[in-house]
Amino acid sequence: MTIAASFEIEYLQYLDTTGKATRKDLPEFARDLDHMIDLYKTMLFLRVFDTKSIALQRTGKLGTYASCLGHEAVYIGIGSAMQEEDVFAPSYREYGTQFIRGVKPREVLLYWGGDERGSDFSGPAHDFPWTVPIGTQCLHAAGSALAFKLRKEPRVAVFCIGDGGTSKADFYGAINVAGAMQLPMVAVIVNNQWAISTPRQAQTGAKTLAQKGLAAGLESLQVDGNDLIAVRAAMDHALKRARHGHGGSVIEAITYRLSDHTTADDARRYRDDAEVKAAWEREPLLRLRTWLELAGAWDEQREEAWKVQCGQRMDEEVNAYLGTRTQPLEATFDYTYAELPIDLVEQRTAALAAESASH
Amino acid sequence: MAQITLIEAVTMALAYEMDHDASVIVLGEDVGINGGVFRATVGLLEKFGPERVIDMPLDETTIAGVTVGMAAQGMKPVAESQFEGFMYPMLDQIASHAARLRNRTRGRMHVPAVFRAPWGGGIRAPEHHSEANEAIFTNIPGLRVVLPSSPGRAYGLLLAAIRDPDPVIFFEPKRIYRQYKEEVPDDGEALPLDMCFVLRDGSDVTLVTWGAQVKETLEAADALADSGISAEVIDVATLKPLDFDTIHESVRKTGRCVIVHEAPRTAGFGAEIAARLAEHAMYDLLAPVQRVTGYDTHIPLFRLEMKYLPSVQRIVAAAQQTLAVS
Ligand SMILES: Cc1ncc(C[n+]2csc(CCOP(=O)(O)OP(=O)(O)O)c2C)c(N)n1
Ligand SMILES: [Mg+2]
Repeated sequence: MTIAASFEIEYLQYLDTTGKATRKDLPEFARDLDHMIDLYKTMLFLRVFDTKSIALQRTGKLGTYASCLGHEAVYIGIGSAMQEEDVFAPSYREYGTQFIRGVKPREVLLYWGGDERGSDFSGPAHDFPWTVPIGTQCLHAAGSALAFKLRKEPRVAVFCIGDGGTSKADFYGAINVAGAMQLPMVAVIVNNQWAISTPRQAQTGAKTLAQKGLAAGLESLQVDGNDLIAVRAAMDHALKRARHGHGGSVIEAITYRLSDHTTADDARRYRDDAEVKAAWEREPLLRLRTWLELAGAWDEQREEAWKVQCGQRMDEEVNAYLGTRTQPLEATFDYTYAELPIDLVEQRTAALAAESASH
Repeated sequence: MAQITLIEAVTMALAYEMDHDASVIVLGEDVGINGGVFRATVGLLEKFGPERVIDMPLDETTIAGVTVGMAAQGMKPVAESQFEGFMYPMLDQIASHAARLRNRTRGRMHVPAVFRAPWGGGIRAPEHHSEANEAIFTNIPGLRVVLPSSPGRAYGLLLAAIRDPDPVIFFEPKRIYRQYKEEVPDDGEALPLDMCFVLRDGSDVTLVTWGAQVKETLEAADALADSGISAEVIDVATLKPLDFDTIHESVRKTGRCVIVHEAPRTAGFGAEIAARLAEHAMYDLLAPVQRVTGYDTHIPLFRLEMKYLPSVQRIVAAAQQTLAVS
C-alpha cells in the first residue's frame, strides 16, 4: 500500500480539571505568577459581567444577550496573546478577548441593548464588530491577513468561529485561501459542543474540527479550551508563525456552552442536565484558581476582594449603559454613506417631520 | 375547531401536508428537537421522525442547494431559514437553480420546494434579525413570493405553496406570529396563490399592504373612519405573481391609493404596484399614489426600530394627503 498523505491531530493541555499540571514544560508566560493572576482576574471579571448582563436582560433592561459562560479561558487566552496591531474578527460572544483589547463592557451592553454605538467601541479601530450572520467574519479575517501580507506588515488576523459555524462555506473559504496564499491568519474554533440545539456530531462526520485546517494546509491542533495556559500557548505559537510569514493555523478549543444559546433560548428543551452538570466539573475558572492557590498566589480572601471590585466596576458600566440616551432618529440615516445622497436627505427630512408630528 | 395563532397555523399546515403527502419533508437549523427557534416546527419530529424533519449542518448554502437537489428528485422539501436575514447565502441556489431549473431544462426538471423564513422587524431582535427583503426575491423570475398576515391565510397559503410545482418563498411576519388567534379548520383547504385579499371595504381611498403592516394599516383605516374617511384595505398576501386586478378594481372605485410596506422604499415592492397603477389606472386616479415605507437605510437596532417602521400616523397622513388633492 502506498500512503498519499497521513496526519494526526495533537491535543494540548497543561492543566487538568483539578488544577494539576499535566506536563512539566510549562510555557514561559505561565511562570510569571503576577501575569497569571491578572489573567485569572480578567476571567473572573468576565464571569461577573456575564451574570450581570443576563440579569439585565431578565429584568427588561437589555435585549437578547449571548452569554460566554464557560468560554472564559478561550477568550482570555486569545486576547492576552494578541498584539494591539493584530486584527480581531469575532462572532458575537468574545467579550473577554475584546475587554483585553479595550472594548468597554458598557459598549457590549449598548450593542445588545439595541444601539449601534456599541459597535463603535473603544477597542482597536481596525477590529471588526460583532458578526451575527454565522461565519461571515472568517473571510474578513482572511482579507485582513491578505492586506497585511501585501503590505508586508508583521500583523496577524484572528477570527473566532463556533463548532456550528465550521459547517459554513465562509469558514471553508477562509481557511482555504489562507492555506493557498500562506496568509497570516489564525482561526480559533470555539467548540462548545452545541450550535443552538444542534450537537457537534450533527455538523460533520469528521473526527475533529481541527482537521479541517489540515485539509486547507494550515497547522492545526486541538487544545483544552478550559485550560487558559493551553489556549494561550497555542495562540502564542500560532501568532508567532503567522507573524514571521510561516502561514496560518487552526486551533480547535474544546470547551462547553454552560449557558443557554442566548437569553432567547431554553436549552432544557434539547440537552440533558447531567451533561451540563458534568461540564461544570471541567469549567475553566476553577482549575486555574486551584493551580494559583496551590502555587500560593491566590486565596479565598483575594477572590472575595476581587469579586467586590468587579461588582463595583460593573455597577459603573451598567449605570453608564442605562444612562446612555437613545440616538436621535437622524443617526439612522447619517451613517448609510460617507455623504448623504440627495434622495436620502429628502427622506431624512420627511422622517424628522413625521417624528415631530407624532409628538 | 381550534383557535390558533399565525405560527400555529404554519405548524398545522406543515403537519397536515406531511400527513397526506409522504414526499413532504422539513429541513433547516434547529427544526427538530427544538421545534425551530420560533417553534414553527414544534411536534413534527415526534410525529414524523428524523428522516422527515431534518436538522441540518449550519450552512444556508447547503440547506438551499440540498433542497434544490431533493426537489428535483421528486421530493417536496420545505426548507427553513432561521431568519430572513440569513437567506442571503441561499440566493445563488434559489436564483440560479431553484427558480430556473424548469426553464433551463425546457421543463424536464423542476423544483417544487418551499423556502420559509420568519420575516420583518419590530420584535426587539438583535442585528440582522429584522429585515424585510422580499423585493430581492420578487425580482427573480420563476419564484412565487408569499407573505400571509393572518392565521387562516398562513394555513391556506402554506398548503398551496407546498403543493405548487414551482419554488415558493414563504415569508412569515414574525411580529404578528402570536398577535391574535382565530378559528382555522384543519381541513387541508389551500388558498389561491395569486390572489389579493380585501380585508375591509371602503370608498374613499385604497390602502394596499402586506405582512405585519396589515395591523397598522387596519388601525389607520379605523382612525380615518373616525374622521369620516372610508378606506378600503387590501392584503396583497401573494406578491408574486401579483393579483393586480383586485387592486385596480378597488382604485377604480376610490381613485386614491396608499401603499404601505416596511421594506426600504427604493425598488421596494410598492414601486411595482405604483408602476402598474401608472400603467393601467392613470385615468382612475384622483390623486398621486402615495407610499408609506421603511426608509432607504438599514433598519436600526431596536431602540429606534419603531420610528423606522411605518406608523398608523404616517399611513393616516398619507391617506389624508391623497384626499387633499381634488
Ligand atoms: C447565517 C446564519 N444562520 C443562522 C443563524 C442563527 N444562529 C445564530 S447562532 C447559531 C448557532 C451557532 O452555533 P456555533 O457556530 O456553534 O456558535 P455558538 O453559538 O455555539 O458560539 C445559529 C444557527 C445566524 N446567526 N446566521
Ligand atoms: Mg457552538
